[in-house]
Amino acid sequence: MPFQPIKFYQTGSFVVGNRLLSEDQRSVQSSQARTNSLTLGHRACQGCGEALGARYALDAAMRASGNQMVVANATGCLEVFTTPFPETSWQIPWIHSLFGNSAAVGTGIAAALRSKGKQDIRVVAQAGDGGTVDIGFGPLSGMFERNDDVLFICYDNEAYMNTGVQRSGATPPAARTATTDAVGPHPGEDFGKGKNLPLIAMAHEIPYVATATVAELRDLEYKVEKAMSFHGARYIHVLVPCPLGWGSAPSDTIRLSRMAKETGLFPVFEAEGGEVTSVSKIRHRLPVEEYLRPQRRYQHLFRPQPDTQTIGRIQAIADKNISRFGLLNGEPK
Amino acid sequence: MLEQIEGSQAVARAVGLSRPEVICAYPISPQTHIVEALSVAVKSGALEHCEFVNVESEFAALSVAIGASAAGARSYTATASQGLLYMIEAVYNAAGLGLPIVMTLANRAIGAPINIWNDHSDAMAVRDAGWIQLFAETNQDAADLHIYAFRLAEQLSVPVMVNMDGFILTHATERVDLPSQEQVDAFLPPYAPRTYLDPADPVSIGAMVGPEAFTEVRYLASLRQHEALSSIEQIDEEFGEVFGRRPCGFFSSYRMEDAEIVAVAMGSAVGTLKDAVDDMREQGVRVGALGLRTFRPFPADAIRSALSGSRSVLVFERAHSPGFGGQLSADIAATLRSVEPTVHSVVSGLGGRPVTRRSVASAIQASAKGELGLETFLDLDESLLKREVTELGTARRSSATGGAVAQIIESSGPQGAR
Ligand SMILES: Cc1ncc(C[n+]2csc(CCOP(=O)(O)OP(=O)(O)O)c2C)c(N)n1
Ligand code: SF4
Ligand SMILES: [Mg+2]
Repeated sequence: MPFQPIKFYQTGSFVVGNRLLSEDQRSVQSSQARTNSLTLGHRACQGCGEALGARYALDAAMRASGNQMVVANATGCLEVFTTPFPETSWQIPWIHSLFGNSAAVGTGIAAALRSKGKQDIRVVAQAGDGGTVDIGFGPLSGMFERNDDVLFICYDNEAYMNTGVQRSGATPPAARTATTDAVGPHPGEDFGKGKNLPLIAMAHEIPYVATATVAELRDLEYKVEKAMSFHGARYIHVLVPCPLGWGSAPSDTIRLSRMAKETGLFPVFEAEGGEVTSVSKIRHRLPVEEYLRPQRRYQHLFRPQPDTQTIGRIQAIADKNISRFGLLNGEPK
Repeated sequence: MLEQIEGSQAVARAVGLSRPEVICAYPISPQTHIVEALSVAVKSGALEHCEFVNVESEFAALSVAIGASAAGARSYTATASQGLLYMIEAVYNAAGLGLPIVMTLANRAIGAPINIWNDHSDAMAVRDAGWIQLFAETNQDAADLHIYAFRLAEQLSVPVMVNMDGFILTHATERVDLPSQEQVDAFLPPYAPRTYLDPADPVSIGAMVGPEAFTEVRYLASLRQHEALSSIEQIDEEFGEVFGRRPCGFFSSYRMEDAEIVAVAMGSAVGTLKDAVDDMREQGVRVGALGLRTFRPFPADAIRSALSGSRSVLVFERAHSPGFGGQLSADIAATLRSVEPTVHSVVSGLGGRPVTRRSVASAIQASAKGELGLETFLDLDESLLKREVTELGTARRSSATGGAVAQIIESSGPQGAR
């Protein structure tokens, strides 16, 4: 008799309640054995996507490594809000050296472990989008190119948040930051700038590249676990809304993450050896306007009256992603 | 064993004998021969239990060493000049984190104008970074100081920079007595840090420290540098017991007994100073030489007592701080605040200009006659300068290096830059 598994989704979120799943399908966070790698007491803002993403990603990596893991962290919000001397929120071996070198520090740790024959200890390096796509790009590309045994996680909140919301190479078009203000004839970040690091990572043909958002945390955990099943250079790019920098309600962090994906603005996919192997399809396609409107960084697109032309250009970006990655039905192009 | 060997090869061998676990480097003249030799040693299997990482920049080179050292591995890198400046943020960071990394600095001038030859501008640029800085006088020194540096760094949890003059030492073939592996093992125990990145005992390294504790952190770092002075003496003694010679000390002294004039330098010029001292002694000038090996921490007390009997001190320094003067003479002058001798800065050997026995002797002679100014640029080409000044008056132009320098180069004929 054909068997049809019944899925219980939370309305609107597509999240399946843990209780409804078998033990082996439950999230790392639901387990009492989770390591609380990033534990309570840190000083992130309410609704900080980066704190949430880091917690899920690192606990999953800890489980996958049998709790044998070392982390190198770049300068940025995640570093600052977790380690104000003499306190620390990290319950894992953790080092912060500089803003632009976390990938190279990761390489060094991996080399040390290899020379000591301790390859069972795994290495994660992490940074914000600035520490990844801009100042940290050289060491990151070097780490990729040498296929060093490091998982690099980028927590992308689309600007330099720690220094007060300045533009980075990951800031999207039209977004207001402190250095791309909503003034002048073209308010916000220019169109045609910025770089797509997941694609650049793929061009290095490293074993595994994935993107994720903090809306689908089980998916993030899955991708971290998958990444940990490979050796060599691996890259995960997580979209992490920042209420302070985006001008969004702390309670909207998850919703905005989901909308970023459902509009097509942030494609969620996996790639191995430079080839896309899976994409998370859009389930309820949304117009970009719905994603932009709740964020104050896009406020100038709606006041005094909607700037339909600019919103249309952003929609075109989403549409291009949808066809390029096959985010609706159909194959990626 | 005594060998006729290039300085870089001797250093590579000494580093290898020190059983490093991670080596990372980015090529720059005149450091290349050292890291090439080490990469061959690792790749061929001659140097076991060691990883060699070919990085994409000097910033990455020292960052890899930082990660490796924090993970408990004995870590080594080497650079020079532009490369040192490219990694300077990590230079400060390694010291702040107290990581016992050893780095060779094959001393080279800093551009523009680009110049691959020797001076000490690079070492001076990081003089305040918190590293211990040692200067090799000979290639024997250079080899010994590396073995010594690992021991010192690990005992104190402070990174150590071994300076050796680019080309003059790195590319010179000299007789060097390289120790045996047994000797080195007897002197240098395996690296066993108290804290490192260990899943069995998690620590957070590199926390953010605010005004409430930063001063104390810096004070402790300063204390540790002062402690290093006594460690240097103690380790020197132990080195002597194992290898039969003392590599470091604070400085070497030459014919200093009754010296009225003392010539001071760091690095390979010290040998030239000694020759010039011999020449001048023959002419009856009471002169001696002091070759400074330990530049940071600065052995102020020892220098003061060594120089306090003299009348004038001539500091032959291969670096110069524009708008101020020589850095080494400033340090020495500050040390001698309360005693008699006048300190003369003799800026010499910039960008590879040879410091000759004859020029050194002429400066000593001028000093003996009381004719040496407080700051002298040794062997300055007056005619080149004159031509430059007149041309500046007639033609105004600018270029990447600034009009003045471009004109000096142009008017003195084409020179290739590498
Ligand atoms: C070399 C260097 N340049 C600039 C800074 C200042 N700085 C510290 S954190 C930061 C921004 C971090 O942005 P990102 O990497 O996106 O992380 P976020 O804070 O947004 O999570 C900047 C510019 C620095 N610490 N070091
Ligand atoms: S500024 Fe943004 S990234 Fe930084 S702690 Fe606050 S919410 Fe998180
Ligand atoms: Mg950011």
